[in-house]
Amino acid sequence: MSSNGHTLLSVKDLRTYFETEDGTVKAVDGISFDLQKGETLGIVGESGSGKSVTNLSIIRLVPRPPGRIVSGEVLFHGQDIMALADDDVRKIRGKRISMIFQDPMTSLNPFMRISKQLMEITQLHLGHTKSQAYEHAIHMLELVGIPDARTRVDSYPHEFSGGMRQRVMIAMALSCQPELLIADEPTTALDVTIQAQILELIKRLKEQTGASVILITHDLGVVAGMTDHIIVMYAGKVFEQAPTHELFDCPGNPYTKGLLRSVPDPAHEAGTPLYQIPGLPPDVAHLPAGCPFAPRCERAEEICTREYPPFVQLAREHFSLCHFAEEVYAQSCRERDAAQNEVSETVEPIDHQATNGQTRTKNA
Amino acid sequence: MSTQSFTNVQSGQMPPALARADVDGPLVSIRDLRVYFDLGGGGAFDKLFGGQTAKRVVKAVDGVTLDIMPGETLGLVGESGCGKSTLGRALLRLTEPTGGQVIFRGRDLAHLTQRELRGARRHLQMIFQDPYASLNPRMTVGQIIGEPLETFKLVGSRAERDARVRELMTTVGLSPRFIKRYPHEFSGGQRQRIGIARALAVNPDFIVADEPISALDVSIQAQIMNLLEQLQRERGLTYLFISHDLRAIRHVSDRVAVMYLGKVVELADARTIYDEPLMPYTKALISAVPVPDPKIEATRRRVVLEGDVPSPINPPRGCRFHTRCPFAIEQCKEVVPPLAEIKPNHFAACIRISPEEPHIEQVAPGDAPGLRQTGRRLAQ
Repeated sequence: MSSNGHTLLSVKDLRTYFETEDGTVKAVDGISFDLQKGETLGIVGESGSGKSVTNLSIIRLVPRPPGRIVSGEVLFHGQDIMALADDDVRKIRGKRISMIFQDPMTSLNPFMRISKQLMEITQLHLGHTKSQAYEHAIHMLELVGIPDARTRVDSYPHEFSGGMRQRVMIAMALSCQPELLIADEPTTALDVTIQAQILELIKRLKEQTGASVILITHDLGVVAGMTDHIIVMYAGKVFEQAPTHELFDCPGNPYTKGLLRSVPDPAHEAGTPLYQIPGLPPDVAHLPAGCPFAPRCERAEEICTREYPPFVQLAREHFSLCHFAEEVYAQSCRERDAAQNEVSETVEPIDHQATNGQTRTKNA
Repeated sequence: MSTQSFTNVQSGQMPPALARADVDGPLVSIRDLRVYFDLGGGGAFDKLFGGQTAKRVVKAVDGVTLDIMPGETLGLVGESGCGKSTLGRALLRLTEPTGGQVIFRGRDLAHLTQRELRGARRHLQMIFQDPYASLNPRMTVGQIIGEPLETFKLVGSRAERDARVRELMTTVGLSPRFIKRYPHEFSGGQRQRIGIARALAVNPDFIVADEPISALDVSIQAQIMNLLEQLQRERGLTYLFISHDLRAIRHVSDRVAVMYLGKVVELADARTIYDEPLMPYTKALISAVPVPDPKIEATRRRVVLEGDVPSPINPPRGCRFHTRCPFAIEQCKEVVPPLAEIKPNHFAACIRISPEEPHIEQVAPGDAPGLRQTGRRLAQ
């Protein structure tokens, strides 16, 4: 990612391993990225790909043992979080870097009123008095769109619906105006209409506060509309890293391509089978030699099972972990050009505004 | 355990009316099906000691009428708490319906005796959402898939059972070598294949698939959807495919029914529901699905609904969607809209539209053309 502008977070060759009975699990095995101020980075992957461990490593919340951050730097404003004392990390965590987790029910204390949980943060980090903190708690709930915040602030978490709880989590995360918000699957536990509300909310608050966001998800649809850059992870490795438009237009990795193709497309003719990536996600404790995706890969050749693939630069800010990255990339770009020509020749340009977003446009 | 319903069956003999294939007309007809859950309250004790003074009843499914045609996939979509899973379970009487009928080959399943019901279940099977909770962890794969075969006395010997199990495992893409393994030794996608094999074991005609892909990774979801479609083609199966995932529903379904708080609010073929939805709720639901294409995401405008789904304990009067509907008028709070045919084979439950004025955006403010209609065809 570009080095111009103000780099908020710079992660360099981060590796987090877990010692298990099965041997060493390389949950995150070499991830590097720069995040600029005000940018959103999406980290996409399936379960076990290492996307959540990456997030936990950045804020030093990896349980130890069995987890161990083996190497890497996490520079926040140029200061290495990995080298800080535990007390100093605590001053950053929750204040300047905050998190939203997937399940709002397990992340909120069920025995504590919402007000108390919100007040704790600002009393600790901003030195608020009780009454200041209480007013701030109400203000935060209003900000995230909880109706009648003044009366509801003293509720317990179970009195709120799932969507409302996630709003409370966001209010907590944003209480101290963090510079970086890490959202780990923030909408996975929610219904689609509530998901839309929460995503709009994160977008709006990001614009208002100028915070940077790391959005971790398995849903390619969610990252498409929310992010500037995307990292695709598989088996603890970064498989592809690119600006969002570039990744969707010209994926340079067979795994990314497969993921994009396996999402059902509404324009798809009924009865034609969906593209499927064969096989199963790998056992991270027992990765094959060579490329971890090789056993499932369409493009794989003998070299893939033998040699670990190179991390190839395909364009400015676009990298792919593949022996055939250039070839896959070139083919994707050709396919994109062909699709664009076809659309412009045969179909009227589509006015997304006119459809008011209510129906999904078929040919785009 | 999900298999409980198959145990202790004394006889595999089918009542003659159920054994006959009847391809004319619907395979399953649901008529005014209701499933209520009594949460208590309202009793003398509650009134004396300050408990719930009003009787609390969850109307999980409240008057659903649907036909499922042989060989089709009917998609059932809605948000959590809308009653879609309860409807699926009530069809198989895994949950007892409170009222209404489920007619399968001319017989009302809702009124069969337990013994008759067990026989009927040979033709009606279910695939569950959670591949971890729906398989007995103490049984081997061979026992799990083989159990329905033994229950319905479809195999004579152990060897015959194992041969049939191996065949089924191959059908669903599992290696027969794993026949002696336990569920924990498999991944989520593989477990879902085991669940599918178990459902297929008795050669059913109709399968209720309740969120079969929700717990699975993206790359595995496509595998399971393709498998279900392939099995349908090969065996002429009929599916009720329940999901909250509109992309998946659109892909696998022939027709789609949209549920909201216990009621079906729109019904049409999958393409129509997706491309020309009539109901404001369906439109919001479709527009809420993120599209994996940054260019579309950058330009499209979402219909973001206000608020949450109301509690099914005390659902709103009148149209249940009126509390969140941008087009709601006074009458919507009073009149329960019937599911009526607005366009050919396209049913919707809204008083603000009619066959003459199907587009709610173009209806005069405050007008309710649906109320003026008398001769409409209602959902059969």
